[in-house]
Amino acid sequence: MNIERLVAMANDISNYFAAEPDHAMAVEGIRDHLTKFWDPVMRRQLKAHVTAGGDGLTPLAREAVERVVVSPN
Amino acid sequence: MLSIVDIDYGTPKSTSEKTVALQIDGRTLNVPEGTSVMRAAAQAGISIPKLCATDMLEAFGSCRLCLVEIEGRKGYPASCTTPVTAGMKVSTQTPKLAEIRRGVMELYISDHPLDCLTCPANGHCELQDMAGVVGLREVRYGYDGANHVYAETKQGEANPLFVAKDESNPYFTFDPSKCIACSRCVRACDEVQGTFALTIQGRGFESKVAASQDNRFLDSECVSCGACVQACPTATLSEKSLIDKGQAEHSVITTCAYCGVGCSFRAEMKGEEIVRMVPDKNGHANHGHSCVKGRFAIGYATHPDRITTPMIRAKISDPWKIVSWEVAFAHVANEFRRIQGNYGKHAIGGITSSRCTNEETYLVQKLVRAGFGNNNVDTCARVCHSPTGYGLKATMGESAGTQDFDSIEQTDVVLVIGANPTDAHPVFGSQMKQRLRAGARLIVIDPRRIDLVRTPHIKADYHLKLKPGTNVAMLNSLAHVIVTEGLVDEAFVAQRCEPEAFTKWRAFVAQEKCSPEAMAAQTGVPAEAVRGAARLYATGGNGAIYYGLGVTEHAQGSTAVMGIANLAMATGNIGREGVGVNPLRGQNNVQGSCDMGSFPHEFPGYRHVGDVATRELFEKAWGVPLLDEPGLRIPNMFEAALDGSFKGLYIEGEDIAQSDPDTQHVTAALSAMECIVVQDLFLNETAKYAHVFLPGSSFLEKDGTFTNAERRVSRVRKVMAPKAGYADWEITQELARAMGYPMNYSHASEIMDEIARLTPTFHGVSFDTIDRLGSIQWPCNEDHPEGTRVMHVDEFVRGKGRFMLTEYVPTSEKVNAEHPLILTTGRILSQYNVGAQTRRTANVMWHDEDRLEIHPHDAEERGINENDWVGIASRAGDTVLRAMISERMQPGVVYTTFHFPGSGANVITTENSDWATNCPEYKVTAVQVTRVSQPSEWQKRFRTFSNEQQALLDQSVDTLGQP
Repeated sequence: MNIERLVAMANDISNYFAAEPDHAMAVEGIRDHLTKFWDPVMRRQLKAHVTAGGDGLTPLAREAVERVVVSPN
Repeated sequence: MLSIVDIDYGTPKSTSEKTVALQIDGRTLNVPEGTSVMRAAAQAGISIPKLCATDMLEAFGSCRLCLVEIEGRKGYPASCTTPVTAGMKVSTQTPKLAEIRRGVMELYISDHPLDCLTCPANGHCELQDMAGVVGLREVRYGYDGANHVYAETKQGEANPLFVAKDESNPYFTFDPSKCIACSRCVRACDEVQGTFALTIQGRGFESKVAASQDNRFLDSECVSCGACVQACPTATLSEKSLIDKGQAEHSVITTCAYCGVGCSFRAEMKGEEIVRMVPDKNGHANHGHSCVKGRFAIGYATHPDRITTPMIRAKISDPWKIVSWEVAFAHVANEFRRIQGNYGKHAIGGITSSRCTNEETYLVQKLVRAGFGNNNVDTCARVCHSPTGYGLKATMGESAGTQDFDSIEQTDVVLVIGANPTDAHPVFGSQMKQRLRAGARLIVIDPRRIDLVRTPHIKADYHLKLKPGTNVAMLNSLAHVIVTEGLVDEAFVAQRCEPEAFTKWRAFVAQEKCSPEAMAAQTGVPAEAVRGAARLYATGGNGAIYYGLGVTEHAQGSTAVMGIANLAMATGNIGREGVGVNPLRGQNNVQGSCDMGSFPHEFPGYRHVGDVATRELFEKAWGVPLLDEPGLRIPNMFEAALDGSFKGLYIEGEDIAQSDPDTQHVTAALSAMECIVVQDLFLNETAKYAHVFLPGSSFLEKDGTFTNAERRVSRVRKVMAPKAGYADWEITQELARAMGYPMNYSHASEIMDEIARLTPTFHGVSFDTIDRLGSIQWPCNEDHPEGTRVMHVDEFVRGKGRFMLTEYVPTSEKVNAEHPLILTTGRILSQYNVGAQTRRTANVMWHDEDRLEIHPHDAEERGINENDWVGIASRAGDTVLRAMISERMQPGVVYTTFHFPGSGANVITTENSDWATNCPEYKVTAVQVTRVSQPSEWQKRFRTFSNEQQALLDQSVDTLGQP
């Protein structure tokens, strides 16, 4: 899928959780949201994007995506 | 004319719990205090003659037929306006009463045409009935005197009292010559509908009913709800369908297939033909009222555009081939299996319909999860109320509104945000107006001056006319005032909500950056008005919030829903009558389609696919392994189609090519797929990109249930055979069988039985229970055997209520030099959603094109006059509409509806979406508006493409060998 779109969507999620004063909770909130609502294909692609540098992602989103667990296929 | 079967008790039911004993005609009766003598008699089966009384309206006491004698009282009081008192002794039939009534009827009939045999009300005319009841045998006055009946006098001169029949309204006629000036129509318009379009003009014998300033009905303020037609005791106001077809011989109670109010109707039938739709007085959502759509706009169901045979084609540039159902099912099964073989199991998916029944929706998601073997199922709630599901679940624990509609009767402060109930939920809008006229206070938060802000006998206490896209800023400001001015219901919060989350939230909204003063620059609303509104909501008694798509269809839709829930919890406005958080759902079965597991991450009953116990329950019931990972949402499906990984889509009753944002993106995605199957009534915009068309059935052609905005599950009953042979659930079942996944339901009720078995909130729901109770609000189970009117009463569904942080994050869709205006979109009363139904009815007489509403200042700056063609361009696309100059708008904001496909409203809207659910940001698009002289390039292409597709339909090849 269009990676810019996935990055924008992940950033939107991180912008919501940015209000959470507890950093660990914010990261977990994003990770949990991506896991519960995103198709594994999208998570896999976003994770690969982070591995490749994660251009465009907010630091918070990047941190959460790193913690996302997704099966390799 | 009233319904052909209902008993009319003459005056409304009293709600008093105290009873009063009295005697009527020697019989001792016990009735609630406040009951009229007329109603007390009627409940005991004693009919007192009447003309101006009907139980939908307050007593009026004008016709003088219902007079009675009461022991110890002088004269002959009207039974409709006389309340019962203890020990009262009433006689309804005495020689003197008979004489008076006969005299009254003699006067009525002396000014009434004697054409009963050819009159449409014949047999159900209350005037005719009363003439019979009182024993009228002669009219001593003759018929030659002053009258309203004849166009000419005996002398051949024009009769100044005569008014010709008004046939301007497409659905009913107004024949003043038959009018008895009982005022029932006027009162129905005032009391029930609340439009105040009708009046009695003139005095004495010159009194006559007039619409607005003596206009034709169509040119008046009349909104064609039909309450007056239903209330009319004679044929003065008659449905044209009744005039054409004659009276019905049976009636069937069913549920309207338009908006989320879910009105109950009696379909009055002659065999399999509908004579008229009459709202059901016993309907729990609508109490006998309706709007122009539900009552009148049903002609689409029998429109010649209906496609009634399956069709297939290899490419969308080919003519359609008409095929048998068997061929169509086999073709779809082969194509879907081929695609899965070539591209993988996940390369296909389905879209369930918010217009189809619960049972049909349930089957489509079952087919996808169990038959396709993936979770690629979604529904159009994605693009309307998905943030409601997310936001209310997160805060309160259940993805649904908290009240029933009648709860508003106990409301003191109504807060409407991002909803336009008088247009989009008109019957509930009327109920809301009744409550407001009775004294409830009103806060409206909306960028436009919607009708509710100022309407007869109603004026909003506060209209916070905010800039589009700033709901969260506004909700935070309201919360700030409540927290910092000590208006929190501390006891409620301490007892009912999570303390840590509340503490965090209190600190968050108390920050100066959330204050109305700090946010005024964002919202455009003066801080003092925000403070006043917050104080009123928090301290004005029972506060109830009603919201719609103006809340959800934003980049922060889910945040705003949580902000609303926060407000209700902070002020203790949850868990009892008169309060609550009430999402007004768009389509008839949005609530139901969400309940039925249409979302890619949830099984029916909002249970995540990752939940092991739930998944095992469904695996056991459905006999196949199920996936534990969410599937693709609708916008994800488009993205996947464009990258070549998603190739096949089964769409039941949705028109994504018109209703979804960024049309050109959608049609590019559709064009990239190999097998699109559309199941619908009409060759809609999406079907023009389809390879298979499966003809669906209208709500009149099948059994099932719809669930309205109140969580109310009501029956849809079949009144005619499906035009194409199958109900939609049967089509899905056959498709599943063809794909090798057996389904064996013989009736829709068996599907509901399965839903009930597998879904805790539906355990007690069955067709039999609904038939017995009329309708049921879920949760309905062992704990709530007759359903649940108000939710979260003693505790929240999730246990403790959870305050959520709601940081205002301005949308990335910003005005700039190139796109200096904000476009926001919405609906109007006479049309419904993509218009596929209402455009095929006479409702186009009220709205036959989508217009661009623009403030006079913005129009003047651009040299735009009323009716000019204007181009509207965003970064996504451009289109051309005619301008309507309107002070409802604020400068800088323009507005349009999306009911006509050629308007291309969604060519302009962008891919921006809610952070949590991907619900599109329909309500905020930066645009430029300019005067133009021709349609946009997109519109030209659209017209060419539509013409080509119509030609391909016309050239369709019948492989069945039928003429």
